[in-house]
Amino acid sequence: MFMWACVDGNEAAARVAHALSDVCAIYPITPASPMGELADSWSAAGRGNIWGQIPTVVQLQSEGGAAGALHGALQKGALATTFTASQGLLLMVPNMFKIAGELTPAVIHVAARTVATHALSIFGDHSDVMAARSTGWAMLCASSVQEAQDFALVSHATTLQSRVPFLHFFDGFRTSHEIDKIDLLSDDDLRALIDPERVLDHRMRGMSPERPVLRGTAQNPDVFFQARESVNPFYDAVAQHTQHAFDALADRTGRQYRLVDYVGEPDAERIIVVMGSASGTIRETIGELGKRGEKVGVAIIRLYRPFPTQALIDALPKTVRRIAVLDRTKEPGAPAEPLHLDVALALHEHWTGSTPLVIGGRYGLASKEFTPAHAAAVFAELAADQPKPRFTVGIVDDVTRLSIPPVADFRPEQPTTQCVFYGLGSDGTVGANKASIKILGDQPDLFAQGYFVYDSKKSGSVTVSHLRFGPDPITSTYLIDQADFVACHQFTLLSRMDVLGSARHGATFLLNSPYSAEDTWGQLPGSVQQQILDKELQVYVIDAASVAREVGLRGLINTVMQPCFFALVDVMDAEAAVQLMKEHVTKTHGRRGQHVVERNHAAIDSALAALHKMVVPNCVTNAETAGFHLPDAAPDFVRRVTAKMLAGEGDLLPVSALPVDGTFPTDTAKWEKRALADELPIWDSDICIDCGKCALVCPHAAIRMKAYPEEALTDAPSAFPSKAYGGKDLPAGTRLTIQVAPDDCTGCGICVDVCPARSKTEVRHKSINMEPASQHRDAERVNYDFFLTLPEVDRSAVRHDTVKGSQLLQPLFEFSGACSGCGETPYLKLLTQQFGDRMIVANATGCSSIFGGNLPTTPWSVNAEGRGPAWNNSLFEDNAEFGLGMRLGADAQAGEARALVRELAAEIGEDLASDLLTKQPHIDDEPAIAEQRTRVAQLRERLAAIDDPRARSLDAIAEALVPLAVWIVGGDGWAYDIGFGGLDHVLSSGANVNVIVLDTEVYSNTGGQASKATPRGAAAKFASSGKGTKKKDLGLLAQAYGDVYVAQIAIGANETQTVRALLEAAAYDGPSLVIAYSTCIAHGIEMATSMTHQKAAVASGYWPLYRFHPSPEPGAHPFHLDSKKPTIPLHEFEQHETRYAALYRTEPERAAALEAQAQADIDERWNYYDQLAGVERTVVAEEQ
Amino acid sequence: MMVDITTQYLGLTLRTPIVASPSPRTGNIADLVALEQAGVGAVVLPSLFEEDLEAESLTLYERHEKGAFTNPEAADYFPDLTYSHLGLERHMTLLRDAVQELAIPVIGSINGRTPGGWVEYAQTMADAGAAAVELNMYDVAADPSRTASDVEAEYIKLVTEVVDAVDVPVSVKLSPYFTSFANFARHVVGAGAQGLVLFNRFYQPDLDLDTLDVTPRLELSHPSEVRLPLRWIAILRRHLPHTSLALTSGVHSGQDVLKALLAGSDAVMTTTAVLNTGPEIVRTMVDEMQAWLTDREYDSVTQLQGSMAQHATSDPGAYERAQYQQVLASWRPVS
Repeated sequence: MFMWACVDGNEAAARVAHALSDVCAIYPITPASPMGELADSWSAAGRGNIWGQIPTVVQLQSEGGAAGALHGALQKGALATTFTASQGLLLMVPNMFKIAGELTPAVIHVAARTVATHALSIFGDHSDVMAARSTGWAMLCASSVQEAQDFALVSHATTLQSRVPFLHFFDGFRTSHEIDKIDLLSDDDLRALIDPERVLDHRMRGMSPERPVLRGTAQNPDVFFQARESVNPFYDAVAQHTQHAFDALADRTGRQYRLVDYVGEPDAERIIVVMGSASGTIRETIGELGKRGEKVGVAIIRLYRPFPTQALIDALPKTVRRIAVLDRTKEPGAPAEPLHLDVALALHEHWTGSTPLVIGGRYGLASKEFTPAHAAAVFAELAADQPKPRFTVGIVDDVTRLSIPPVADFRPEQPTTQCVFYGLGSDGTVGANKASIKILGDQPDLFAQGYFVYDSKKSGSVTVSHLRFGPDPITSTYLIDQADFVACHQFTLLSRMDVLGSARHGATFLLNSPYSAEDTWGQLPGSVQQQILDKELQVYVIDAASVAREVGLRGLINTVMQPCFFALVDVMDAEAAVQLMKEHVTKTHGRRGQHVVERNHAAIDSALAALHKMVVPNCVTNAETAGFHLPDAAPDFVRRVTAKMLAGEGDLLPVSALPVDGTFPTDTAKWEKRALADELPIWDSDICIDCGKCALVCPHAAIRMKAYPEEALTDAPSAFPSKAYGGKDLPAGTRLTIQVAPDDCTGCGICVDVCPARSKTEVRHKSINMEPASQHRDAERVNYDFFLTLPEVDRSAVRHDTVKGSQLLQPLFEFSGACSGCGETPYLKLLTQQFGDRMIVANATGCSSIFGGNLPTTPWSVNAEGRGPAWNNSLFEDNAEFGLGMRLGADAQAGEARALVRELAAEIGEDLASDLLTKQPHIDDEPAIAEQRTRVAQLRERLAAIDDPRARSLDAIAEALVPLAVWIVGGDGWAYDIGFGGLDHVLSSGANVNVIVLDTEVYSNTGGQASKATPRGAAAKFASSGKGTKKKDLGLLAQAYGDVYVAQIAIGANETQTVRALLEAAAYDGPSLVIAYSTCIAHGIEMATSMTHQKAAVASGYWPLYRFHPSPEPGAHPFHLDSKKPTIPLHEFEQHETRYAALYRTEPERAAALEAQAQADIDERWNYYDQLAGVERTVVAEEQ
Repeated sequence: MMVDITTQYLGLTLRTPIVASPSPRTGNIADLVALEQAGVGAVVLPSLFEEDLEAESLTLYERHEKGAFTNPEAADYFPDLTYSHLGLERHMTLLRDAVQELAIPVIGSINGRTPGGWVEYAQTMADAGAAAVELNMYDVAADPSRTASDVEAEYIKLVTEVVDAVDVPVSVKLSPYFTSFANFARHVVGAGAQGLVLFNRFYQPDLDLDTLDVTPRLELSHPSEVRLPLRWIAILRRHLPHTSLALTSGVHSGQDVLKALLAGSDAVMTTTAVLNTGPEIVRTMVDEMQAWLTDREYDSVTQLQGSMAQHATSDPGAYERAQYQQVLASWRPVS
């Protein structure tokens, strides 16, 4: 009896893990986060394990913490599990050694992901699990969604039998996020494989004062070695236990797995050995090559540790002559990759007869595509006269020339219908396709698969959905490039990317167009018209946005496009499809209220009447070419490398094009020009009061303010607006312009919301107003280009401690890919305005590292002198220490430079040397820094003429004589949780570092999981019933040191306090911590008003503003409360946020109770802070 | 001996004529119980606003969808919540709990946006145990192309549809802003309404001089405001002899209740006094009523009700005088 369902790999594994555990210790990390989220939500919903108990799901502060909790739960005799990937697995390694050393049954489920090296990558390969292969854990690799479920069970069953802990892994994204129709295991299936006696054994080994034992001893040279060898029999038995579990599973389900499965010709001569999802692609390739008479096959390793040597030997046909072992990992310097070595040794020691030739290749690092053309290339290489002993496949390596080329146009015959959908993240395309897969998969004779590709942006991100369906289980584990059906859900994408490149000849093309079927052709880029003609595509057009608007769905076109898909692919009866779509809407959205359901149903009903077939003309009528167009002024690296990535052709870049050490130029976001906004903010100079608030809050630095001499306007475009500058700090006649960057603005509208200047005659008209981009973009492009030519203001002439003054300074953080309306980016932009030419940044992993450092481009930029922030991301957990190291390095260089100046004073010139040493400027002293830079330039000129090695040394580090600000940047997940230990240590160090915590009160980057910054009562992932405990007071903890500058700021509530706090933090000669309230889409607020919403956060006392400025003065009062006593109740703030309002709609009594407690928290905290404001504290001078 | 102050309203027997009209105080069980203990004859729960239900549902939908499936690291940004306590469910839970907890009649109130909405929610309330349904009708007729007849016809049609759909009494809460109110009131009754509640109070726009924003405000009533509904109840009493009439607006004391009854009210609703003072004000009102009635040796409020309606007074014209001069003319020196 099959129990079919469409799920992804994460859900398939987590479902089993949850059902077989007492305790799940969790921590979010891509791409494993959904497993923890599901486990948490299932327990929250009261779902039990197979023993009827609801598993305890506990979130820890890091993966290291999760492993510790796992270890402890296991030692108490509980059945426990965790889920992780990549760096998270590495943080678990110390405990993994312990757990294995104690022969403890346990399972860790891993969505395998690459480990950060020259760069972070969230995508899939085996470098993480390979790094854990010496821990003593058994390793079982699933290759598909079905196997992710089945092997999860086998892992849990076998670990109990063998006492060896199991690391169950599958490919991140390709398997963890692929949706497939699988046969679900029932609870009875689970019970059938879990031996209750072994469960009891495990429980009885648990620690108990009734059975006191000592574990975790320290052992000495006399016995440690022997004890370590005592476990050998247990490892020797793992293979047999695993196969027994496989066999038992087969008895229940009919799905028979072996330790090593062989697929292919029984008399194959060429064989690939592989683990993971690539095996599906290779199986398809073998099928195609087999039809051509080639003797090929694939051995799929299931159990990787303990390595099943005999099973491998048994699985391989005796006819095999050549073997290629594919590794999805890279171990630089090793004689071969790990699986290759294992296979080679197994054959060397156990193969009877002439040992086959074994070569090894790397493939698929960080989810690099692995297609049948690549698999065929490996078989072709095996057939070569002299196969490369080491190779790569899937890339072009023009440096060490290891790569082998794909077999051109090799595509196995596809029994499936293949569909590709292009959309934007905001339009619901992916959600609709996930629904379609479930509908298709629910059909009795149909299998369906879905895989989704996203770009690297958080705003305006493009999504590409790949759907396959057909009569048989689908094994294709690669993207579709010959689609039977292509849908483009956003008309503008046709100009930005090659949408029809994936369409096969004669395919159906569905286009959401704002134009009629008759008028659409004339609006298509010429290259798209040509593709339609060349491929003889059947084109259908619908104005989905209009249909959605008519039924009251603002911008969500997914339920309009979905019926069109079903109508055009003709996979099932149209009426039945409509009914199923409606049922799915009801099931999915009914929880949001009946009105949502009704409107989506109306959209479904209205769609087909608006769908029209285009009569395709017989000739191209437009000249425009689709694709990314790089501005002419782009520099060489951008032209050669960045532009390829922007055009979606990064896969074509050869090895030689990439930096060898992960070093990339900054100042590249400005070349991207995404033109996302439908509306642009347009400035009315007549009303403007020069306040600078619009520029301050703009998350994308797309609103700029410049003050400049009037004569600079000589060559201004005729429509270029300006006004007289309203301050006395700049010379009379100075002009001011507020300018939008029209292709970089996301149209969030925050600038308009905060603008305080209104028309005297029509108050809705402000000094800046959102207007249709179509009417203004061309003119604003001309204006913006001219604006860029205007001189930057003299930094010494304007005040840096005012909003207006700060906004006249050039931002060196611009046009990031952050969410439209992001609350984090304005702080970073402001930092760069204040210190951009003298700062280096240590950035914790998270949203800010993604919008700051995710290729193709970076928002960190440079000024006209080429100076700007130098940026780096180490890890998630170590960022404070990383930044401290930067400070120590800088200080060491500065000390050495000063020493060399002293040593070379005579040659340099005593006056210059003296000035360099004695006129050391402070970090915020703009004129003094300029003078010191001049002196350093003079120094270098003089050093060039000095024939002394010390002069060369000093020249290399002379810039260290100019002050440097180290800014340590990260989110609350880092500062409050995983990185807190390091942060605490750095704050205690007395070092002159500045920390800014962009506090969104959740793990934003991984989808809104609760952190210790999450306040009481907020609903978040891992806290779906509302967080029951209060927010950690990080600022107060830091203040306890007494000599740490601490500020709590909210830029939307008090701009001036923010500006001053950042200046004070940087100026403070010691550690500084600034906690910055950062609005986020995970709060569930109207992002256009997110800045003004912060005023309510402060007015309610939810987010008090303060500065703790340590002072050596006797009787100093370092704590300054910058916000007033709360004037509104907490409820007035919280009711506008979905994260709080949601709980009132799920558990109203708990919501009310938590809110009452939270209000009490606020009242108590305010009372405490109020008293702190009167407390004297003095920094005691350190002994020198 | 206490005077009998029971009254009939919408065919329901109320132990006192004082009814707690919709306010936050009728939005939770604790206050409802306190109101009952203080002596109200019935309660009207806060209005169910169809527009609010729509906005709540769509806002939640949009915020869940916002950012969903936009990047590979986060499928969405909220836990997968099932909203089992959306506006309608919250309202019906309150209604069911109130019916369960209270011995006095519980009346549901609706402000619909669509014809279907009025009917659906009226049925839902009736099914949940509401003793009656009050249609909280208001409409700022700002569209110059809609005639007064259009507006009135829409009201009548809605009343007809709701009355046809439910088997509990239906009352209609109206604003005074109709050209010929008496005529319109008769049509509403003709459409099947068993009671009229006079009058609705609206949020009115205010202008914030600091922010230059329009800020809708609801001012609590002043005792002087009782005079407008007093007039119309007195006028309508004779014309609508079988219709329950409830006065609301400006009822702050037992004296106000007595005036309303004298004019012809079957029930008297109070909001502001309860909000300002708490449920215990009702006890004071009842006491004041009792004292007045006892002093004057009334047997029951039935005697009182309508005894000063327009047709029952010696100066019927007094209810129709509306000009300043006439007020002056009616002034008599205090003797």
